[in-house]
Amino acid sequence: MLQLSRDDLVQAYIRMRTIREFEERVHTEFAGGAIPGFVHLYAGEEASAVGVCMNLEDKDYIASTHRGHGHCIAKGCDVEAMMKEIYGRRDGSCGGKGGSMHIADLSKGMMGANGIVGGGPPLVCGAALSAKTLKTGGVAVAFVGDGGSNQGTTLESYNLANVWNLPVVFVVEDNGYAESTASAWSVGGSQLKRAEAFGMPGREVDGHDFFAVYEAAKEAIDRARAGDGPSLLHVKLNRYYGHFEGDAMTYRADGEVEALRETVDSLAAFRTRVTETGLLEGRQLDDIDREVAASIGQAVTAAMSAKAPSEEDLLTDVYVSY
Amino acid sequence: MAKKSYRQAINEALAQEMRRDPTVIVMGEDNAGGLGAPGEDDAWGGVLGVTKGLMPEFGRERVLDTPISESAFIGAAAGAAATGLRPVAELMFVDFMGVCFDQIFNQAGKFRYMFGGKAVTPLVVRTMYGAGFRAASQHSQCLYPIFTHVPGLKVVLPSSPYEAKGLLIQAIRDDDPVIFLEHKVLYDDEEEVPDEPYTIPFGEANLTREGEDVTIVAMGRMVKFANQVADGLETDGISCTVLDPRTTSPLDTDSILESVEETGRLVVVDEASPRCNMATDISALVAERAFGALKAPIRMVTPPHTPVPFAPELEDLYIPSPEKIGAAVREVMEHGA
Repeated sequence: MLQLSRDDLVQAYIRMRTIREFEERVHTEFAGGAIPGFVHLYAGEEASAVGVCMNLEDKDYIASTHRGHGHCIAKGCDVEAMMKEIYGRRDGSCGGKGGSMHIADLSKGMMGANGIVGGGPPLVCGAALSAKTLKTGGVAVAFVGDGGSNQGTTLESYNLANVWNLPVVFVVEDNGYAESTASAWSVGGSQLKRAEAFGMPGREVDGHDFFAVYEAAKEAIDRARAGDGPSLLHVKLNRYYGHFEGDAMTYRADGEVEALRETVDSLAAFRTRVTETGLLEGRQLDDIDREVAASIGQAVTAAMSAKAPSEEDLLTDVYVSY
Repeated sequence: MAKKSYRQAINEALAQEMRRDPTVIVMGEDNAGGLGAPGEDDAWGGVLGVTKGLMPEFGRERVLDTPISESAFIGAAAGAAATGLRPVAELMFVDFMGVCFDQIFNQAGKFRYMFGGKAVTPLVVRTMYGAGFRAASQHSQCLYPIFTHVPGLKVVLPSSPYEAKGLLIQAIRDDDPVIFLEHKVLYDDEEEVPDEPYTIPFGEANLTREGEDVTIVAMGRMVKFANQVADGLETDGISCTVLDPRTTSPLDTDSILESVEETGRLVVVDEASPRCNMATDISALVAERAFGALKAPIRMVTPPHTPVPFAPELEDLYIPSPEKIGAAVREVMEHGA
């Protein structure tokens, strides 16, 4: 099956399960009032982040969206530090100064979730320029939503990546809604024709199928790494929760989410595929499920008891020197 | 040491830093120019020739011409800065910040804080500002108070060729995002500028003139005006200190306060629009922390609260002139004699 070893498949499943479990717990904890601010959950979209990032190394960069937890986990960020960050704790990924919308770990090549829709693609062009100029062999991936796909920053970045011939992949995660507005309404033309117009190969991918995402991302990333320029993936998927936690989702059809959970579950599809082909055993996956649930539970416990930042932290980290 | 223009001083700073450090790159619209066109290569060297000659020396891999896409390339410069390069991006006119400000203030300016001190973003955005070119409302603004307002950015206003070279080298070596504002009317000004590289630290005001009666704080092009005025007033027996803060962020508040403690009178000259500009900021600082030393009301000399007009007669009225600065100094001298 492709070039994925059994270890790779186990790793992919662990990451997908970790994202799902992480988001389900954040949903519960947020509802209980333990988490401040806004959170935007990635549950339902796991195959996209993991399918793409299984092709990446630490030296490769990604930039994310509001819905960034999944991308962080897929890129290898520390899950307990992430949970602490979402709780606003001092030893969170960003010292409690970023929160859910700004989780980042540059040492893992994660340039941050982004509070600005369309904020990431120009930054990724810069990371790709660094890779090209410093000859690291790295590539950079911009995740944007269907909402972000309509921002000028994104479209300008398509052009810049082309004219500078940058090792970039644009991954448009189209979950059908930009906040409450349907992408069927808000996206003029088509994502693939946009790619074509900017001189990039583009592919539409079933974002619930890890293997389809992995294979399409591999082609695009290999192309970028070979110095052949940018590509675009239009990943069609669904989110199980609202735009943000607390969104009553009155814009969705009755029973829509329940039906999605029944019919398009990337984790269930992965399990079926790998067990039916005999690559992994159901028991192995059950063990992973239990282990991941325990580690997320531990992350929540650690986050709840972790220290909040204190007054002296307010003024630090604005500048390197001032 | 030779006489060099403000333009040459900036060009020399860029070239010397690019020779010293291979991670320094330059990017912007027409920074070389002529890319893909049938005529000359390095056709422009920037719209006013400031980056001329860099591309032939360093190649197109380090002197990157860009499409007219400020959001994309200023953002790319921010992203490149966070991932190992030291980009100097040129925003041709500061007025164009409107199409890329998000990448400056929400992205580059906040990386370090949002990421808990783990990001280093050695970005320089060079940009041209100021009135006096008959360039009208969308090519003449100052706007530096807007950058100064944003925590995480450093803001530099070189007032002469010597200042421009030392401050730009400092900016390139600095590990924080720096907005480096070049006054377009100063490009042909000349003065002695050392050939070797040197730095001028940020946050240390330049005492360009020491006097006893009045402190004039001025920045950018206004420093020259303030010194001209001070020369003229000397013959009338009025002795002025002229302080050039050099950087509005960080701002050398100590030097301003110390000077006002000595003179007891303050005139602030600021070419930026009058609401929430450096003049109001410095006046508030002095009112709050040196009120007891003041012998006279503070005077602010600024343009009116209008866009920059086109007609030469109107633009000349708009710009804070030496006459207006002189009148403000005479006015504060009527108090506390």
